Amino acid sequence: MLKIDNLHASVDGKDILKGLTLTVQPGEVHAIMGPNGSGKSTLGHVLAGRPGYTVTAGTVEFLGEDILELDTEERARLGLFLAFQYPVEIPGVSNMEFLKAAVDAMREQRGMEPIDAVSFMKSAREACKAVDLDQSFLKRGVNEGFSGGEKKRNELMQMMMLEPRLAILDETDSGLDIDALQVVAQGVNAMRSPDRAFILVTHYQRLLNYIEPDRVHVLAGGRIVRSGDKGLALELEARGYAWLEDEVA
Amino acid sequence: MTDFMQQTLDRAAEQAPAWLQDWLQDGRGRWQASDLPTRKTESWKYTSIHALRQPFAPPEASSMALADVAVQLPELGGYRLVFVNGHYRPELSGAELPAGVSLVRFADADAGQAGRIREHLGTAAGRDRALFTALNDAALADGVFLEIDAGAQVEKPLHIAWVTGNQDSAFSVNQRLLVLCGEQSRARVIEHFASARGQQETFTNGITELLLQRGAALEHYRLHLEESAAMHVGGVYAHLGNDASLDSFHLALGSALKRVDVLVEHRGPGAHCELNGVYLPRGSEHVDYHTCVEHAVPGCTTDEVFRGIVADEASAVFNGRIHIHPHAQKTRAQLSNKNLLTSASAEVNTKPELEIYADDVQCAHGATVAQLDETSLHYLRTRGISAAEARVMLSFGFINEVLDAARCEPLRDFLRPLLAQRLSRDPALSRHLV
Repeated sequence: MLKIDNLHASVDGKDILKGLTLTVQPGEVHAIMGPNGSGKSTLGHVLAGRPGYTVTAGTVEFLGEDILELDTEERARLGLFLAFQYPVEIPGVSNMEFLKAAVDAMREQRGMEPIDAVSFMKSAREACKAVDLDQSFLKRGVNEGFSGGEKKRNELMQMMMLEPRLAILDETDSGLDIDALQVVAQGVNAMRSPDRAFILVTHYQRLLNYIEPDRVHVLAGGRIVRSGDKGLALELEARGYAWLEDEVA
Repeated sequence: MTDFMQQTLDRAAEQAPAWLQDWLQDGRGRWQASDLPTRKTESWKYTSIHALRQPFAPPEASSMALADVAVQLPELGGYRLVFVNGHYRPELSGAELPAGVSLVRFADADAGQAGRIREHLGTAAGRDRALFTALNDAALADGVFLEIDAGAQVEKPLHIAWVTGNQDSAFSVNQRLLVLCGEQSRARVIEHFASARGQQETFTNGITELLLQRGAALEHYRLHLEESAAMHVGGVYAHLGNDASLDSFHLALGSALKRVDVLVEHRGPGAHCELNGVYLPRGSEHVDYHTCVEHAVPGCTTDEVFRGIVADEASAVFNGRIHIHPHAQKTRAQLSNKNLLTSASAEVNTKPELEIYADDVQCAHGATVAQLDETSLHYLRTRGISAAEARVMLSFGFINEVLDAARCEPLRDFLRPLLAQRLSRDPALSRHLV
């Protein structure tokens, strides 16, 4: 589903990713862990095509397409979803208008008519309920004045509405209390399916107590320096990252 | 100055009632003694009135239907008064006024009403201040006097639509509204300027005076929905008595020339003024708002927010002055003007001016000129929304925050789709906003 080969990327002229290789199969959940500044968030932004993130070498294939050639919205319509670590506030545009526009864009891609208002409201309300957000959030400006936890749940709600093939969750667990963490985990687990994959970018093993990963990778210095099963996450929790960085160096 | 508008002024003098003749003459004297402003005139530095230097015929009475001129008026559930080309159209207007409201056209005023009009006319607009007020005085064949009785609580909107239709050649229209809000009264007045599609050049000079007596509360809207060839130079002049409260909302689509002066004088302690505005010139249009709030007495407040989106080759001017006089202690005033330029050729000149001569005041002001935020744009695109639609959504969000300040809900519902569609020539791009 996703094939990243020898990916190099820079931000503001500074090399961040230095030869990252990763393959994700449909149905899999991958966790990417690593110390601060290792390039975890950069990976998500590069995949989503954020301006200012320059790919200098390597390839990324998603569902058989070279997505580095595609615009951000084209990648999204193919089924790539990035839950932001810091979701953007957009005052004056309601969550509802925003979601409807996004849902219709996905439907257009699949050759479907725009969703009718009644069906849309029904599924938006259900998604709100699933992530434990009050329905009044639909009428508020996108992320406007939301708490950190509410923003994260709003990201998750979008994921549910857009039904991506591959969802990258960029530190969606950070700053969440244990209840909110469980809400996120339940949301992801409910969406797991044989044709959908997840990449969980996280600092802590904590999230992986609730979402069981198929593979765990450690990102350091812009490359994946070790991969393993969920046991690796526990080992990292116990020993930290320093021993791996030492090994690599 | 001798030729310009001569024919219109002569016609007005023929039509005006006898009790207004000296008023017209006085205005004409002031008008003829003045020179048209040039780009060297400070308050006209960024707005050229060159387009006015052409012959404008007087407006003819018209029987055209609104549908024929493609002008749509909102159903606000209140009383409506419609003028087409400056002429009152009773068949398009409402029949019954709400209780506590009296309304008379200058042309219909009896001796008592005429006396009342003369008592108040010009008190806020002044007789020596602005050139275009002099022109309005000189051409004052008809006007509207709206009086809210002391203590009246008028819930239904009073909607005055000034429509310019078509005529054989370029023509000018003079409009005047005088609103007197009695003590402790409450009302909602909507001034709505509209123009026919594809009309020839018109020049409208609309002057409005709002007189709020002690404790009166007025919600006022001045909507300039005229487009393209409909030029407008006009103003709103308000006097606020003790504890009076004015909530004034302004909106201007662009046209070849649009200049609106808003002058609010706090004349009684405890008065409050809220000024909100949105302007959206595009193509080669131009919009100029000059606002000034005078804090002449202590303990008054002003909250002012204007936002503009300037597209294509269009230009906008915002000049917002707040003047706090030496005795106006305990004043609280804030002014914000934000502009969004959606093209490299768009231009805006913004100047917030705070003049403070009192020492115990709380004041803030700010002005920004920016482009759409790249991070927000990217965020929308990561959800599959096209760059073009994302731009329209973000632009709409930018003005929607101000639009929310318009309390009249049916009016907001009327304006929202109209403004959303204004942001792109492709209606598909605003379909999720309407």
